[in-house]
Amino acid sequence: MEPLFAIAVAILFGASTYLMLSKSTIRLLIGVVVLSNATNLLIFTLGRPAHEAPPIVPKGLSSPTATIANPLPQALILTAIVIGFSLFAFTLVLAWRAYEEIGTDSSEEMRLAEPHHERPRQGKAPPR
Amino acid sequence: MAIGDWLVILPVIVPLFFAALAAMLRQRVRWQARIGIFAAGALVIAAMALFVKVYRHGPLAMTMGNWPPPFGISFTVDMLGALLSLSGSSIGFLVAIYALDDIDIRRQGFGFYPLFLIMMAGANGTFLTGDIFNLYVWLEVLLISAFGLLVLGGEKIQIDGAVKYSFLNLVATSLFLIATGLLYGLTGTLNFADLAIKTPGHASDDLLVVVALIYFVALAVKAAVFPLFFWLPASYHTPRFAVSALFAGLLTKVAVYAMFRLFTVVFAQGPEVVFQLMPQAAAATMVIGAVCALAQNELRRMLGFVVISGIGAMMLGLALGSRDAMAGGIFYIVHSMIVMVGLYLLAGAVMRFTGSERYAEIGGVYVASPLLAASFLILSLAVAGLPPFSGFWPKAILLRESLKQGLVWPAVALLASGFLVLVAIARAWRYIFLRAAPQGSTGDVAAAHEARFPPLNAAMIWPILILAAAAVVIGLIPMSMMPFAAIASDGLLDPTGYIDAVSGVMP
Repeated sequence: MEPLFAIAVAILFGASTYLMLSKSTIRLLIGVVVLSNATNLLIFTLGRPAHEAPPIVPKGLSSPTATIANPLPQALILTAIVIGFSLFAFTLVLAWRAYEEIGTDSSEEMRLAEPHHERPRQGKAPPR
Repeated sequence: MAIGDWLVILPVIVPLFFAALAAMLRQRVRWQARIGIFAAGALVIAAMALFVKVYRHGPLAMTMGNWPPPFGISFTVDMLGALLSLSGSSIGFLVAIYALDDIDIRRQGFGFYPLFLIMMAGANGTFLTGDIFNLYVWLEVLLISAFGLLVLGGEKIQIDGAVKYSFLNLVATSLFLIATGLLYGLTGTLNFADLAIKTPGHASDDLLVVVALIYFVALAVKAAVFPLFFWLPASYHTPRFAVSALFAGLLTKVAVYAMFRLFTVVFAQGPEVVFQLMPQAAAATMVIGAVCALAQNELRRMLGFVVISGIGAMMLGLALGSRDAMAGGIFYIVHSMIVMVGLYLLAGAVMRFTGSERYAEIGGVYVASPLLAASFLILSLAVAGLPPFSGFWPKAILLRESLKQGLVWPAVALLASGFLVLVAIARAWRYIFLRAAPQGSTGDVAAAHEARFPPLNAAMIWPILILAAAAVVIGLIPMSMMPFAAIASDGLLDPTGYIDAVSGVMP
């Protein structure tokens, strides 16, 4: 089970790295999403998944009787999914606004904040 | 649970509560600033109370939901956390006042104050938490509020900066999470105090080297360490001045704090390779940041590189690792918070006077406002590390410790970066303040400026003056800061008090 997950995580990390090397903001964005999902799968794998009893304490006892599954990685992943999704939503809108306002989705051409030419502005100066 | 225990969590709860309140009253634009400033003031009082308590009693801990540590999330405060929480909250209060003038009513309506308060909660959460996954959550809280503040107003240049800022920082926090997952898989715990006990047992494990390196890279991106700093100069000069100042004072320092915490308490015996990399990275950051600052022709873009140069000095303190060196690094963090916020706020006042930040287009601020010019001189000499201002002492300590350990090149880098920053600052001084304004300055310069320059509001000038005064006072009386930094440094080198505070909560 774990080697299989490990290979899946590796493939996802590879794919996300490849995507993030792109200049297009949309590919970058997809790369970041794949990265965050790969991370979640990694944490899940590190929690050592196994076919065990759910982590429920029987009535009247203060600790579970048998070996139980580890609930903590799932709590961590749940938190990470929520955070990752909200940040994804924000960056998606940001990428769209950038495309609308600046007129490009290439990170190479987004030079408003750091213009190439440092001479005094003339003609089509970037508006502030 | 005694009422005093609540103090530990108060610097997080206060801003979060008022952020929610301000967000609910979003329609009432006039109330935004009142709530924001009241909350920022209450936060300073809470952080001050916590600081005094930690100073008197040593580290404090509180665990959420009555789960025994290490299972519950422990908030654990030692001197380092309390000191940074207090200084971060104080600069936050000054920025909140400055924002009265700098953030127009439209942007206040967009939710400046709720986002600002969430950022304060995120920063304090990072300083005070005793759990590494919780630290990740606070970093994300900081990130999302930073996104909001960065694009507040939605100008093109802001969106451009935000794209670069958000992607690189998202990748960095993902790396942080990956390392946290691996660390959990390795040690089975996320609590700092518990990790301090358990990681030495894995010291020979190769995976620990990987974990430490991923943490180092993730935090190096967030702290803007060379060669991973390129998001900072692309974004810090794009938002409003109050926002820039807040970022410069809090965000990179939070990452430096996380480094101080991780690479002392968790990775104390840790992988050698990180501690070998750290002095090189620190020296390169100091020098290259300063060289880049020299090449800039806009005030805030220059300041961005000065921030980076300072990060190198803080890291050098951690890299040297002795008690005094780390105290110097911590001293430098507090100094840099004060001085960098002051300089960014001052850039806002310059912009108000002249309408531009480009050296080529402006001048004559000295004539227009000698007070502002004097503040700039104080803050910039402090940032370059000249006596008798606040930057001198931590740099002197770092220099001495570096030479004591026989490391000459970090000492040379420290001196060279100080000199280069001084030259960069002198260029700004000469262009912006000393010379007359390039256009429309014929005849009586003073009269012409009087006609052109509107007077500054009290809300804008007072925070700058207070920060400049703080730089002078700390510079003249270094013992007002050094003992606290030394206690913080002791707490990192010997975390027994920290661990005892957490295990004291155990039932």
